[in-house]
Amino acid sequence: MTRDTGAGAGAEGTENTQSTENPENAVVTGPGDDRMVVAENVHKSFGRLEVLRGIDLEVRRGEVMCVVGPSGSGKSTFLRCVNHLEKITAGRLWVNGHLMGYRQRGGRLYELHDTQVARQRRGIGMVFQNFNLFPHMTVLGNVMEAPVQVNREPRAEARENALRLLARVGLEEKAGAYPRQLSGGQQQRVAIARALAMRPDLMLFDEPTSALDPELVGEVLDVMKNLAEEGMTMVVVTHEMGFAREVGDSLVFMDGGVVVESGAPREVLTNPRQERTQAFLSKVL
Amino acid sequence: MSTPDDHSANPAGPAGSRPAGGAAAGQSPPEAIKAVPVRHPGRWVAAAVLLLFAAMFVNMLVTNDAFDWPFLFENMFSPPVLVGVRTTLILAAVSLLIGIVIGIVVAIMRLSDNPILVGLGWLYTWFFRAVPRIVLCVLFGNIAILYQTLELGIPFDNYWLPLLGIEGDARFYSVPMATLLSPFVAAVIALSLSQGGYMAEIVRAGLLSVDKGQSEAAQALGMSRGQVLRRITLPQALRVIVPPTGNEASAILKDTSLVSAIPLTTELFFQLQQVGARTFNLFPMLVAACLWYLMITSVLMVGQHYLERSFTRGDRGAQEQVRRIKSRAAS
Ligand SMILES: Nc1ncnc2c1ncn2[C@@H]1O[C@H](COP(=O)(O)OP(=O)(O)O)[C@@H](O)[C@H]1O
Ligand SMILES: [Mg+2]
Repeated sequence: MTRDTGAGAGAEGTENTQSTENPENAVVTGPGDDRMVVAENVHKSFGRLEVLRGIDLEVRRGEVMCVVGPSGSGKSTFLRCVNHLEKITAGRLWVNGHLMGYRQRGGRLYELHDTQVARQRRGIGMVFQNFNLFPHMTVLGNVMEAPVQVNREPRAEARENALRLLARVGLEEKAGAYPRQLSGGQQQRVAIARALAMRPDLMLFDEPTSALDPELVGEVLDVMKNLAEEGMTMVVVTHEMGFAREVGDSLVFMDGGVVVESGAPREVLTNPRQERTQAFLSKVL
Repeated sequence: MSTPDDHSANPAGPAGSRPAGGAAAGQSPPEAIKAVPVRHPGRWVAAAVLLLFAAMFVNMLVTNDAFDWPFLFENMFSPPVLVGVRTTLILAAVSLLIGIVIGIVVAIMRLSDNPILVGLGWLYTWFFRAVPRIVLCVLFGNIAILYQTLELGIPFDNYWLPLLGIEGDARFYSVPMATLLSPFVAAVIALSLSQGGYMAEIVRAGLLSVDKGQSEAAQALGMSRGQVLRRITLPQALRVIVPPTGNEASAILKDTSLVSAIPLTTELFFQLQQVGARTFNLFPMLVAACLWYLMITSVLMVGQHYLERSFTRGDRGAQEQVRRIKSRAAS
């Protein structure tokens, strides 16, 4: 929930316990705090171009936050900042209690080493608009890759888990196929299984259905809906307002690198308060 | 298929018998087109001329005594020549292999975000692609002029030891350059350094050809940079790297003929020339050299074909890509 707009109907009691043991590196620690993502005044510039201009928001554990907004408003950039694929230029960003990409000590920030950033990313799954499956590996290979290479899971165990995940997205019979032999919807479901194989605490979706033919959108949204019902914390950039309304716990409208409005999806979609939100919604609804 | 013109006249084969769209649905298929194909008299003239030249060439091969075929075949497989073939093959293979390793390392340096590594990588490719291989060969053949011995120790001891008031030196180990740098080793160094320069560019192009989304997806899964490179980027870059590397293999095979300038004399071409010089019958040995290089590179080409196929098996897009790369390389 953003703090600046105060429109969030579901943002109750998020300003609770500050961390006790490691106050600088972790604002959110322990089971007492239910905030999975905390963004504080996040800025991101590409050279002169300021893409994010002060994002404040919080995602609670188990929350499904949908992010909408016009193209170029910085939605993808924000998601990529969350798992540190992009370095933020100002502000702070915590995921699951960890300051992303940095260590703070004595009021100073120290950049984390690549391997430490990689470790932070293990708990964050990401699903891309273009699937980005590894074309030189089978479906099973795609799902097993990170558990085996990164977590050093025994192959047999990783394989069993991968097959279970493929069954969960309805694709166990495609385990031996290569990505190019699958439809877009099937590829995206494999991509979700691949991310889940790392047992993430948080899943990021960047327009997961935007590259799909209309008739294939539903199968991917169904998988995401199931995931949400099982309690996964999700941040979903999407243009599927139906999904946002039905599955989302909160909705954030971004424009020009800031959060313009946020709140319960029904509230924002039916009663937008900001002019820019109204203008955007009138175009997409 | 009576004339080669059949293709251009009827490229789609029996496609003419397909029903023509919705309007014709339900009707019997129209009769297949039987048109008189366009004639290409120019092709026949060209073929006749070429045939004439071919006949003249064969006639020369048979009747001109300078070829001395019996002598050629007798000496083409003599023991020193076979040793030459072996040296050439080993030299080419080792240099190519080391060159590939250097190329991968330099390409990664140039794509890193460490400006020093980027600069060093650039310097390397710039130098070793600019200096001709024969010059490198002669240079490394004469490197003993620069360093008579190779010594291991703490650098600049001739300056700081006197400053500390100590006599002697801080060199722990030394070997004469001549024992260390046999002609064969000099040849390997010269050729692999040069090869590394070319391979660096090929590998770099290959790595750049892989979609950025691939490494991002891998990073998002928590893979380290090394893992991303080894498991995701490099394997996908191979389909772009392999075809030009095949060309590099034939190139370095042929360039082993330069190492007699080091001088490494056990190499194939020098051996054949030696036979020619000894017997005062040089020309057949030159022809033998052509035949040897033809044979070896032909075997290489077959191997390259299967290698490329195994990298793109069942992947039409990739096969198409490889064809494009090859035709670009050929033109
Ligand atoms: N790597 C980059 N370098 C420069 N500009 C970028 C880069 N990535 C994104 N941008 C710019 O940032 C702006 C926001 O992009 P993005 O976050 O992809 O928007 P959205 O996902 O909301 O459509 C765009 O103007 C885009 O051109
Ligand atoms: Mg986007």
